[in-house]
Amino acid sequence: MERNLHYLKGSFLKDRLFANNFIITLLFVLLALAPLFLSDFRTNLLGKFIAYAILALGIDLIWGYTGILSLGHGVYFGLGAYCMAMYLKLEASNGKLPDFMSWSGQKVLPWFWKPFVYAPVAIILSVLVPAILALIIGYLTFKNRIKGVYFSILTQALSIIFVVLFVGQQAYTGGTNGITNFKTIFGFPLSSSSTKVTLYYVALGFLILAFLFCRWIVQSRFGKVLIAIRDSENRARFSGYNPAIYKTFVYCISAGLAGLAGALFVPQVGIISPAEMGIVPSVEMVIWVAIGGRGTLVGAVIGAILVNSLKSMVSEGFPAAWSYFIGISFVAVVIFMPYGLAGLLNQIKRKIYTQKSVKQYSSAALNILEESGCDEYVG
Amino acid sequence: MDTYLLQIFNGISVSSVLLLAALGLAITFGLMKIINMAHGEMIMIGAYTTYMVQNLFISFLGDRYFDLYFIAAIPLSFLITGFVGYLLEISIVKRLYGRTLDSLLATWGISLILQQLARNIFGAPNVDVKSPAWLNGGVVVLSNIQLPYKRLFIILLAALCIAGVYLFLFKSDSGRRIRAVMQNRSMAESLGINTRKVDSMTFAIGSGLAGIAGCALTLLGSIGPTLGTNYIVDTFMVVVLGGVGRIIGTVAGAAAIGIGNTTFEYFTNASLGKVLVFLAVILFLQWKPQGFFSISSRVLDE
Repeated sequence: MERNLHYLKGSFLKDRLFANNFIITLLFVLLALAPLFLSDFRTNLLGKFIAYAILALGIDLIWGYTGILSLGHGVYFGLGAYCMAMYLKLEASNGKLPDFMSWSGQKVLPWFWKPFVYAPVAIILSVLVPAILALIIGYLTFKNRIKGVYFSILTQALSIIFVVLFVGQQAYTGGTNGITNFKTIFGFPLSSSSTKVTLYYVALGFLILAFLFCRWIVQSRFGKVLIAIRDSENRARFSGYNPAIYKTFVYCISAGLAGLAGALFVPQVGIISPAEMGIVPSVEMVIWVAIGGRGTLVGAVIGAILVNSLKSMVSEGFPAAWSYFIGISFVAVVIFMPYGLAGLLNQIKRKIYTQKSVKQYSSAALNILEESGCDEYVG
Repeated sequence: MDTYLLQIFNGISVSSVLLLAALGLAITFGLMKIINMAHGEMIMIGAYTTYMVQNLFISFLGDRYFDLYFIAAIPLSFLITGFVGYLLEISIVKRLYGRTLDSLLATWGISLILQQLARNIFGAPNVDVKSPAWLNGGVVVLSNIQLPYKRLFIILLAALCIAGVYLFLFKSDSGRRIRAVMQNRSMAESLGINTRKVDSMTFAIGSGLAGIAGCALTLLGSIGPTLGTNYIVDTFMVVVLGGVGRIIGTVAGAAAIGIGNTTFEYFTNASLGKVLVFLAVILFLQWKPQGFFSISSRVLDE
């Protein structure tokens, strides 16, 4: 009987872990095989969604695990993307001044553009710049215990500010049009299909790395503290943890992931404009995680890829319907399935397992009763 | 200097619109801890109501009574927007109490739906509302400064609304009930106050005030389906800066943001001005995280 129970408990946990691992492995294998079946255009599109999935992992870390709702992640995504775009633009301009600068009357390359001539610098900065901005914003707000909706509203204002700033400083940022017209990346032409497929696999590689990294964080002691902060910040504080430090740190990681996503986004899409940093895209990023399932890393990845695939399918056919669809699904998800698709999956799984274990328990109980000679009660 | 004075005046009139919108938001947030992202769409509904009232006056009453349409539009936009708010509360918002962040997300979904509805009904391009003749022109104050009647009217309207809300909250029975629920929900409940009714009524009034803000906005420019999104974040900043739960805080917050925006814009440029205001708000919150005014409370987890 004892052994029986242990077996049941062990198998339940193992099955769940196995199921989650199974889903994510299957997803990664499918993504790895996808370019064999899809056209170049679709592969490119899927590559873009993979970049979004990295961003979604970052949002899940702060929202699903730490309970911080940031509505300004478009900014971090955009900053990473702009860093990469500056490198691509300089490579395309071939040592000359980028075209939009000369249009706006700029004579020399601004000083902060200069480091972006070097690819490694651009790649590192595309992660570092968002992380440093997040460090400043996060430290100032979390230290003063500005939390919950107040933080969300401030991040939303942050995203407006950056859009206005980037649109306004046309000579340095390309204004409303953003930065576009790239030619090559590390010397390879961006338009060729082999570069596109390579970029796709690079993005997928980074997604797998980011996923493993996030899982490592979540399963570590640090991750447990994050969950504690989400569930009861004051209790965590009274237990001797400093939530501000933890929150700032995880906010920086999240921003860094967003920056990485941006850097992978630009060479595949070929343009970055302030519109990508605005409030609407920023909230949409949260929607992916909400629909996929906050608090599970698998959910974030699935949500980002699924919602965006749906979006491109629906808006190709009926552009107007997309707003209704996303609006209604958002209301429905928040009200009826707050833990998203992954949560729904877990609910169903739990139901099946409980039924299964009830059956096994009852048969185990029958055995015990029979062994102890209480047949008359069983009858 | 003269232009600066005019800028300040414009700032005050923008503040009044923000104030009208923020007032409703502050009450709903203070009372129910619901963040209503669809509040901006309430502004839009108010603006489109004004547009429809104008069209009805043109087609049924002709030119003679046209100038009176605005007088009719103000209460109508309050009523219609308030009714939409009431419907939202009893259908969706009531399921979100106690989940503040979730309420933010769900109401964002609602705002997307409402925007698309407006686009389908009225079309994507902006529409113009012709202001009544008695609001054209302005008061000449100094030799070269003219204060437009439109903006003066908006300031007056906002002042009247503040006075109305103040009287309602502090002098009427319903207002007393609202304040009681705001301060201590469970105690109010046990004393026999129907908190469900108070909640939906307050939500309706808050939305209605946004509707009046939308009505006022038609005097300042053309209106479109995304009218609300331009104002919602500023409105929220007003609430955060002013502090939740006090009317005076909302007034101060609106004045600070509106005048701050125009001042910084005057001395730098439009884009830098907004950045500076945002920085100023962040720095101010370092010093007073609760905003200008707050109700002191011993509750640990707000």
